[in-house]
Amino acid sequence: MARRWTNDLTQADVTPKALWLNRRQIMAGMAGATALSMAGRGAMAQGLEPNTLEQISSYNNYYEFGTGKEDPMRYADALQVEPWSITVDGMVDNPGDYALADLLDGLDIEERIYRFRCVEAWSMVVPWNGVELSDVLDRVGVQSGARFVAFETVVQPDNMPGVRRGVIPFPYIEGLRLDEARHPLTLLATGIYGEPMPKQNGAPIRLVVPWKYGFKSIKSIVRITLTDTMPETTWNNLNAREYGFYSNVNPQVDHPRWSQATERQIGGGLFSRRQDTLMFNGYEDEVAALYEGMDLRENY
Amino acid sequence: MASVTLAQRINRAQRHVPAWPIYLIGLAWMGWLFWLGLSGQLGPEPINALERDYGLLALQLLVATLVVTPLRRFTNVSLIKYRRALGVTAFLFLLAHFLVWTVLDLQSLSRIGGEIVKRPYITIGFAAFLMLIPLALTSNNLSIRKLGPLVWRRIHMLTYPAILLGAIHFVWLVKGYPWEPFLYLGAVIGLLAVRLIPKRRQSRAAPPMGAAATR
Repeated sequence: MARRWTNDLTQADVTPKALWLNRRQIMAGMAGATALSMAGRGAMAQGLEPNTLEQISSYNNYYEFGTGKEDPMRYADALQVEPWSITVDGMVDNPGDYALADLLDGLDIEERIYRFRCVEAWSMVVPWNGVELSDVLDRVGVQSGARFVAFETVVQPDNMPGVRRGVIPFPYIEGLRLDEARHPLTLLATGIYGEPMPKQNGAPIRLVVPWKYGFKSIKSIVRITLTDTMPETTWNNLNAREYGFYSNVNPQVDHPRWSQATERQIGGGLFSRRQDTLMFNGYEDEVAALYEGMDLRENY
Repeated sequence: MASVTLAQRINRAQRHVPAWPIYLIGLAWMGWLFWLGLSGQLGPEPINALERDYGLLALQLLVATLVVTPLRRFTNVSLIKYRRALGVTAFLFLLAHFLVWTVLDLQSLSRIGGEIVKRPYITIGFAAFLMLIPLALTSNNLSIRKLGPLVWRRIHMLTYPAILLGAIHFVWLVKGYPWEPFLYLGAVIGLLAVRLIPKRRQSRAAPPMGAAATR
């Protein structure tokens, strides 16, 4: 597949599997400190250390399973991911229900180490595995009038305690402008650390848009719709003042209830330092052109 | 009447149960939670977990202090002996909540000042904390003697707005509409509203709150 975007982090920066598997056992004791610093060495040279799989899969927002950060880890086991099909509809040449394997067949599963910045001002570094959304869009054939892509998360009330409680309206819906969706950074991720996507992280397939707040990166996708109108999105519907359609990471535009100027990377322990949040989450060079001429304070 | 007998039995039994273990258990719990955070057992984001746990425990204990008076009024069960310990322990958790937020979470004075001024939910949480400082400082027999029970009681009425602000602080900081914060807010409003029900037999009422608390 065409590698239209190159990682500034490489395979060498991913903690070797043996080490992170090992680390999970070591973590129980404090003795893990040396192993941890050794493992992160490659990435730390560039100021980034990928989080462990354990961290990535134990601190999640997936409200279908509850609002607590540990709820998804606790309950997502019940999520049924086999068989999985995705309905592709709207302004496409080849609409239909696609089995997941058919939709991805022949596409190159790449490894992408991305910063992940939650709107709640915490962050992680995640080594995703996935395909570029653009390649999937090519496969289904986007019609010329389409300007937006809408996504929808699965709803399995029997398996999802948060859905039964109705803490927010479900199904969870998200959307991107077509050029955002087409951007080579935008991923449909199917795994982390070379492992299948953990259910609490949005198995079997989820969106990853690294320059936007995490809630844009919708999990467990069952519908992709091409449209010519800006799609509704869940958090925007809930509170438009706090969550805009774009929701690009922007340290200069605060969430009305908290500052977005800094963030804390998960995994640093009780004395973890805050770090400055980067414009577009550090992907300014790659994506700033998408928003040229737009007032980012207006279009938050 | 069965309920009266039960109330009397509870009141009699608590003569043998001192209040001081509440402080001890509270402090031990606080330390235990800190240790869990330190040793990686509060999940991968222990600062946030500790902040939330300390804050929630403070609110729970404050709600418990609000229960004491209506409980005595409507059931004759008097737990007033424990109210000071509950209130002071609540304040200690609130102090810990504040320290985790300032020292571990925000890590800079300018950020702390900015957040208190700019974020209404933090402004009211901070206001509640400030209101409770004089109450914690005067929760001792000497202060009651010096101030006199009437002045002391008036000062301690600050608990009502403080706890209400604390509950609003909780509702205001969450995303979406989880039920838990609303449950606390509902409980606080309910416990405050109950106090507005006019008393029928003022003469037969229990001794004044301040006086009782001196025991």
